[in-house]
Amino acid sequence: MTALTSPMGHRVRWTFTDGLTLVGRELGRLRQEPGELVAALIFPAIMVVLFGYVFGSAIQVPGGGDYREYLMPGLFSMVTFTAVMGVMMRVATDASRGVMDRFRSMPMARSAVPFGQTGADLLGGLLSLTIMVGAGLLVGWQPHRGLVPTAEAFLLLIVLRYALSWVGVYVGLVVKNDQVADQMVPLFLPFTMLSNSFVPTDGMPGWLRFLADWNPVSAITAASRELFGNPGVPSGDVAWPLAHPVAAVLLWSAALLAVFVPLSVRTYKRRGR
Amino acid sequence: MAEPIVVAEGLHKSFGDTHALRGLDLSVPRGTVCGVLGPNGAGKTTAVRILATLSDPDAGHARIAGYDVVREAGKVRARIGLAGQYAAVDEKLTGRGNLRMFGRLYHLSRREAHRRADELLERFGLMDAADRQVAGYSGGMRRRLDLITSLILRPEVLFLDEPTTGLDPRSRGEIWDSVRELVAGGTTVLLTTQYLDEADRLADDIAVIDHGQVIATGTPDELKATIGDRLDVVLEDPAALRPAATVLNALAGTDPTMTGADRLSVALPGGGLRLADIVRELDRAGVAAADVSLRRPTLDEVFLRLTDRKELV
Repeated sequence: MTALTSPMGHRVRWTFTDGLTLVGRELGRLRQEPGELVAALIFPAIMVVLFGYVFGSAIQVPGGGDYREYLMPGLFSMVTFTAVMGVMMRVATDASRGVMDRFRSMPMARSAVPFGQTGADLLGGLLSLTIMVGAGLLVGWQPHRGLVPTAEAFLLLIVLRYALSWVGVYVGLVVKNDQVADQMVPLFLPFTMLSNSFVPTDGMPGWLRFLADWNPVSAITAASRELFGNPGVPSGDVAWPLAHPVAAVLLWSAALLAVFVPLSVRTYKRRGR
Repeated sequence: MAEPIVVAEGLHKSFGDTHALRGLDLSVPRGTVCGVLGPNGAGKTTAVRILATLSDPDAGHARIAGYDVVREAGKVRARIGLAGQYAAVDEKLTGRGNLRMFGRLYHLSRREAHRRADELLERFGLMDAADRQVAGYSGGMRRRLDLITSLILRPEVLFLDEPTTGLDPRSRGEIWDSVRELVAGGTTVLLTTQYLDEADRLADDIAVIDHGQVIATGTPDELKATIGDRLDVVLEDPAALRPAATVLNALAGTDPTMTGADRLSVALPGGGLRLADIVRELDRAGVAAADVSLRRPTLDEVFLRLTDRKELV
């Protein structure tokens, strides 16, 4: 059979094509489980109703404005953050079911697996972000500042999502067990809630407010509000990440990638047990 | 003489305080089936993981088709297939989808990956289920899919780590047929199993592992010959158990084991004892036997003797 052995020159190409094959795997899965698509459609509707109409009825937007306009950037961040849990589950499931061992025993590019997993998540992430945007438009949210800032906002959401998905790869590789990973999912809830996504941080006690202000979720929410021209852009004396949210998101993304890409690739390659 | 296709020399591997392997040696000639037997925790899976490049040994060397499993792992990976205890396939994809995906990851062209998938599905009787999601497969079907996924590249060496654990007898038979067919085609198979009948049926050679070392090797027949024939005695009256045991001890030189309320079994050293002599000795002691028989030991008995767990016989 045409079993190509691995000359160095082909490594980069293979990392790419093997990665693409793994992204294609995600499409195959979606085709087999249309139920997941339906769930992906219903989830944003539930969140918009729950937050927009239940909590929203009692929340005053600082500086005035419509709560649902204020809320949608927060929900976009929440969707973005699910990358961590999604990738963690995928990686841990592959590891516990022996699929990861099969990959490792094959003559494929070593780093293709983590790159493929994060690429696959990006594909699903774009889909869920699109659906959430659709839900937002239905309840009256819209971008107000024109094409370029709107595109910048979506680009930031995607960049941060990709960076966060590498955190998921690393945690999944370390946990190696889909049941443990499943139990860890609720632990990530505070990351999305402890932010400016749903309520302003001013009212929180000092130490909590500090955590919320420096949470990357807050940075991306603030950046989206600014770029979409939605209400809730803080003014006056606020923490640095909220005063410079675009820079903060880019820095967070760079830092996460710088730490978790090498860490994950190394952990994947390590042949211990 | 050609080097055996699988060679392991003095493999050591520890996990913390646990010494999984303590100087394991193994060699498997091309085109044969080597059965690796051992109690749980003997080091079977660790050995397979090292040979399949999933794990590095702390000391020692291993070569597959002449390539070092640590330094030339890439070349080894292009020549091996691995099918494990659990079906290592994507449950959310179809059978065909899995084979195509893994075919692409083996760097077959798209067309070749599709052709190979169909070929394997057809040959191993999974064509009817090809477009169903694997999550809906039976245990046997999953295991077969796992097996044929490891055959995509026509590996020279196939590692099967307990391929039939947890399967019903019919599915086991199907896996065995598949393995025999592969071996007929020239594939070398290294098989770990806890089912001794599986090793007895499939393996040309057997390596018995205990505490991380090979403690015996040989064909199933050779291994059976090492512990001599077995003598089974069924008594007419269970009360005669004690005098019968005394007679058997005198004949065999070891204590017989109780295999039932009215039956005893003992290994006979060497040979030279005829059935008639045994019956006469029992008679002289006043023991009435309903049945006395001499037979070859089963592989189970060999295994338990070798791994020192006689009390379970």
